[in-house]
Amino acid sequence: MIDVIISEETLDPLKCAQLAQHPATGGTVQFIGTVRNNTKGKNVVRLEFEAFKSMAVSEMEKIAQQVVKNWGAYAVVIHHRVGVLAIEDIAVIITVATPHRKAAFEACEYAIDTLKQTVPIWKKEIFEDGEVWVAAHP
Amino acid sequence: MKLKIVAFGIAKEIMDGKTHELELEASTIGELKKYLCEEYGDFQKLNSLAFAVNEEYQDGTYVLSENDEVVLIPPVAGG
Repeated sequence: MIDVIISEETLDPLKCAQLAQHPATGGTVQFIGTVRNNTKGKNVVRLEFEAFKSMAVSEMEKIAQQVVKNWGAYAVVIHHRVGVLAIEDIAVIITVATPHRKAAFEACEYAIDTLKQTVPIWKKEIFEDGEVWVAAHP
Repeated sequence: MKLKIVAFGIAKEIMDGKTHELELEASTIGELKKYLCEEYGDFQKLNSLAFAVNEEYQDGTYVLSENDEVVLIPPVAGG
């Protein structure tokens, strides 16, 4: 089961876990990415996420398909938020259910690492004294 | 040839707008990139600049067609 969405609404970890339920699952790992209040000691006021939505969904589906293929996952649920997020808001939830726990940990880490490299989503950090597109410059 | 350019993230700020119509000689993504980097010097300061056509990443060798919609993908930062 693959469930991938880009949403402007608040994300719900419990809902993601429920979507990932499968009777043959032995282990489910969930990664929750949240908005941190600082970057290198500078206070962050908020984050603004933007996505090329159709391609972002397509790239997230590719990741989910890899997880099913390589780790035998029964369920891969990837929910990503866009829009304006405050400190502690959830930006992404990745939930992977597999027959045994080791595969779930590995697959979940693969999914978030790959998402950060390939999925066309951008974020701007707003500080008290300016703003920066994350990862844009060396 | 005529191309439609769609810019996201910092690319949208560098080009001062999300959608643009360009009329240029470029026949590949590589040539388009060269043109954009010359026209908008700030693109050269980025960690990377990728391109997508039909919602798939395409490299510099991709041959453009009249009226293609090319999406500019500056360094991504999801999660």
